[in-house]
Amino acid sequence: MPTNSVVTDIPQVTIRFSGDSGDGMQLSGTLFSTLSAIFGNEIATFPDYPAEIRAPQGTLQGVSGFQVRIGSKDVYNSGDKTDVLIAMNPAALKVNAEYLKRGSIVLFDTDSFQKKDLEKARFETEDPFEELKIDYVQPIPVAITSMTKDSLQGMDLTAKEMTRSKNMFALGVVCWLFNRPLEIADHLVEEKFAKKPKVADTNIKVLTAGYNFGNNTHLTASTYRIDSVEAGKGFYTDVKGNTATAYGLIAAAEKAGLQLFLGSYPITPATDILQELTKRKDLGVKALQMEDEIAGISSAIGASFAGCLAATSTSGPGLSLKSEALGLAVMTELPLVVIDVQRGGPSTGLPTKSEQSDLNQALYGRSGESPLVVIAAKSPADCFDSAYWASKIALEHMTPVILLSDAYIANGSTAWKIPDMKQYPDISPSYALQKFGKDARNWKPYARDEETFVRYWSVPGTPNYMHRIGGLEKDYFTGIISTNPDNHQLMVDTRLQKIERIASQVPLQKVEGDLDADTLIIGWGGTYGHLLEAMLRIQAKDKKIAFTHFTFLYPLPSNTHEVLKQYKKIIVAEQNNGQFAHYLQGQFPDLPLYRFNRIEGQPFRVAELEEEFITIMDEK
Amino acid sequence: MENIDIKEVEVPAYQSKDYKNGSNVRWCPGCGDHAILNCLQKAMAELHIPPHETVVVSGIGCSSRLPYYMNTYGFHSIHGRAPAIATGVKVANPQLSVWVVTGDGDSLAIGGNHFIHAIRRNIDLNIILFNNKIYGLTKGQYSPTSDRGFVSKTSPYGTVEDPFHPAELCLGARGTFFGRAIDVDMKSQTDLLVNAARHKGASVVEVLQNCVIFNDGIHKNITDRTWRAERTILLKQGEKMLFGTENNQGIVADGWRLKAVTIGEDGYTMEDVLVHDASCQDNTLHLKLATMGYVDNLPVALGVIRNVAAPTYDESYQKQLDTVRQKKGKKTFTEFLLSSPNVWEVK
Repeated sequence: MPTNSVVTDIPQVTIRFSGDSGDGMQLSGTLFSTLSAIFGNEIATFPDYPAEIRAPQGTLQGVSGFQVRIGSKDVYNSGDKTDVLIAMNPAALKVNAEYLKRGSIVLFDTDSFQKKDLEKARFETEDPFEELKIDYVQPIPVAITSMTKDSLQGMDLTAKEMTRSKNMFALGVVCWLFNRPLEIADHLVEEKFAKKPKVADTNIKVLTAGYNFGNNTHLTASTYRIDSVEAGKGFYTDVKGNTATAYGLIAAAEKAGLQLFLGSYPITPATDILQELTKRKDLGVKALQMEDEIAGISSAIGASFAGCLAATSTSGPGLSLKSEALGLAVMTELPLVVIDVQRGGPSTGLPTKSEQSDLNQALYGRSGESPLVVIAAKSPADCFDSAYWASKIALEHMTPVILLSDAYIANGSTAWKIPDMKQYPDISPSYALQKFGKDARNWKPYARDEETFVRYWSVPGTPNYMHRIGGLEKDYFTGIISTNPDNHQLMVDTRLQKIERIASQVPLQKVEGDLDADTLIIGWGGTYGHLLEAMLRIQAKDKKIAFTHFTFLYPLPSNTHEVLKQYKKIIVAEQNNGQFAHYLQGQFPDLPLYRFNRIEGQPFRVAELEEEFITIMDEK
Repeated sequence: MENIDIKEVEVPAYQSKDYKNGSNVRWCPGCGDHAILNCLQKAMAELHIPPHETVVVSGIGCSSRLPYYMNTYGFHSIHGRAPAIATGVKVANPQLSVWVVTGDGDSLAIGGNHFIHAIRRNIDLNIILFNNKIYGLTKGQYSPTSDRGFVSKTSPYGTVEDPFHPAELCLGARGTFFGRAIDVDMKSQTDLLVNAARHKGASVVEVLQNCVIFNDGIHKNITDRTWRAERTILLKQGEKMLFGTENNQGIVADGWRLKAVTIGEDGYTMEDVLVHDASCQDNTLHLKLATMGYVDNLPVALGVIRNVAAPTYDESYQKQLDTVRQKKGKKTFTEFLLSSPNVWEVK
C-alpha cells in the first residue's frame, strides 16, 4: 500500500469548503472542524451561506461556504484567506478567488467544471483559473462526483442519492491531506445519522473512498500535520456561539435555582438558541415558540413575573418589534435577558451575514427614559460567560439585559473546555419574602434596596404579597399609580441610578498588549479575535500598540475613562458606522478617537486592520 | 398507632370582599365595568381560588384597569399583549389561576394575533372580553366591533368596514369555550364566569358592556329590560332553547337555518325546539347560535355557548417535559455536558 513519504508540519491552516447551497458544504465543514477539535487543535469556523435555501444550482448566488481555521495555537479567528479551497463547482471558485493565498491548494470537482457549469457561473472561457488570473494557486482536479458514484456501486441507491454523498468524498480527501484519523470522522458521521443507519453507511463508505483516493494516488506532494494544542487538562467539547448562549442561560438558571423560560420566535441567525432550548426539556427548560416576536418577549415577561429566569432570543428586526415590551420590563423592573444575534441591516438586510449595527437600538431603542444593561459576547465560547453574566445581572438587579451576539460568533464553533460551575459566581436575587418575612410587614411592591435601588422580587403564589404592577408610573413608596411630577422625576432618576450603579459590580476594563503604547485599539463584541490578531501582528513588527475589548457596554466598567485617557490615539474598530465611538465620545468628549468601520456583512480582515491601524499610528 | 380524630378539612371560605383591595375604582359612574368587576369577585369567591394564587393580566384600555382593583396578583401590561404575557405566567406556574381582562380595542385590533393564538393553543386562561364597541380611554374612536356606518371621532362620515364578531374569531381559532353575558345581568354573568374558570383550556367570555360616556346605549336594543326577554336567550346545557316574556318562544332548525318560533303557532310544538349542547365537538351549531341577532332578528345568545373538552397547552407542555425528564433521567447541567456526544478529555 503506497503511503505518503512527505509530511510537513505546519502551525495553522485555513480551509474553505464551498459549493452549491445543497451540496452539504456546511456538514463537511462542521465535521472537519469538530474532528480537528477532538484531535486537539484550536479551531475557529465561519459558515458563510446565502439566505436562500436552494438558489438556482451552479449560480454565484447559490454558493455556500464553510471556512475553518485550525492550528496548534493562536487561532483567534476564522482567517482572512484560505490555504485550501474545496470548490464543488465553478461558481464556488469564482466567489472565493479573491480570498485564495499564494500557493494555496484548490481541490475542484472536474465533473462539475464542464462547459455548462462554467456558463452558469458566467465564465467566458474554458479555463476558469486563467480567466480569474489565479495562476499562483495549485489546482488539483479530482472527479469527485463520478468517484463518489463508483464507490457506491451495488448499494441499491439512485444516482441522486449517490451524488448527495459527494461532500463526504471531499471531506475524505481533506482528512487524508491533513492526516486526520478517519475513526473520529466515522464516529461523528454515525452520531449525525444515528437514526438513519443506511445514510451513515453510505457516507462512511464515500468518506473512506475519498481518503483512500488521496492516499493511493499521492494526490499532493506532501500532506500536512498540525500538532494538537497544549490545552489545559479537562473535558472538552465543540460548541457554536448560539449553543453556548443557550448553555449559559441553563447554567445560570441552575445556579440561581430557578426555572428557565424562553419565549421566542424563529429568526435568522438566532433560531438555534430556540431550537437548542426546546431540546433541553431533558434539563427541565421551558422554551416556547410563540406566534410572533412580541409574544416571545411578552410571554417571557409573564414568566419573569411568575418567578422564572426568563429570556427571549432574536435578531435586529425582532428586537425592533420587542421594544415596546422591553419598555414594560424596564418600567415593571422585572429580570429579563434579551439576546440579539445581530445580522446585516436595516430591515431584512443581510439575514445570514454578520454586523454590529444594533448597538444604538440596544442602548436607545425604546420610548421614554428607558435605561437597561447592554453587554456583548466576544467569541463563540464567550457566549456562555456572557449569557451567564446577563442572567446574573438581570436577576440580581431586576432589570432587562440585552446581550448582543452576532451571526459570526453565533454560527462559529470552537473547542470549549467544559466549565467547572463551582468557579462561577453565585446568583442571588433579592426576594421580598427573604427580606420582609411571611407576613410581608413593611413591604411595598416597589420597596427597594437603599444602596443598589433594586426592587424586591415577590412572586405569584406567595401569600400576603399580592400586588399589581404595570406600565403606568408608580409612586416611589406605595407602588400605586402616580402622576405626581416630583415622583416621576424621582422614579426616572431611580431607574437610571439603579442601572448606573451596576458599573461597580462588573469586572474592571483590562488592556492587552503594550500598556505604555501611544495607540489603543478599542473593540466590542464578536470582532475580538480579529482585533487581537491585528494587534499581535503589529507588535511583531516592533511597534507598540495596546488593545481593549468591551463586554460591558452599558454601564461601562467604572475605570473606563481612567484607562482610555492614557492614550494619544484611540482607534474604535466596529462593524457599523461608528456607534460605539459615538457613544464613547458622548460620555468622554476629551478622548482622541479615530474610527475604523467596515459594514460588508463579512468578518474583519486582519491584514486590512493591520494596515489601517499602522497608517493611523504613523500619522503625525 | 393512636387514634386520630379525623376532622373535615377546612376549606377556606372566600368572600367577594377578599378579592377587593380598597383602591378607589376610577371608572366613570354608570360604566358597565363596575358590574363586571363585582361579578368577577363573586365568581372567584364561589370558585374558592385563593387570592395569592390568582393572577389577573390586562392590556390597555378602560377594561384593562381592572387588575388595580383586585386583591390578587395583577399585571397591567401593554396594548393587546395580555394573552401572551398570561401564557408566560401560566406555563411558568400551571398552579396559578390566570385571568385575562381585555377589551374589543385591545384584543381584536392590536392584540388580534395573541388573542387567536392563545385560543388555538387552548392554554388554560380565562379571558374576559369587554365589548363596548368603542375606544373609550382615547375618547371615542370606532373599534373593530363597531357596526358598519358607525359615526365616531375617527369615522365622522360613518365607518365603511364590517366588524368582527368575537364569537366567530374564537370559534374560527378552534376555541373550546365561548360564552356571552350582558353587564347588567349580574346573576347570569357570574355563573358564566364560574363556568369559564372551571373549563380547562382557553375560555372566552364576551361581556356586552356599556360605555356610558362615549357609546351610551350601544347594547340597549338587547339589554333594556323592556325587551330583554324577547331579544336575548339564555342558553342552558341540556335544556330547550326557550325565551320570551312568557318563555313560550323557541329556537328551531329550519333546514340549515335557525328560526325563532312561538310554541303552538304555525304548527310548532315543544318537540321542535332545539336542546342546547355546548359540549358537542362540532362547532357548526355553536357558531350559528353565537351569531344570532347579528344578521337576523333572532335573539342574542347568552350563557355558555360552547364548552368542549380538549387537551390544554399548559398541561400537555408539563406532561411532555416530565416524560422527557423521566426518560432521559435527571441530570445537572455539568452531567449533561459530560454525557453529550462530542466530548474528549485532555489528560
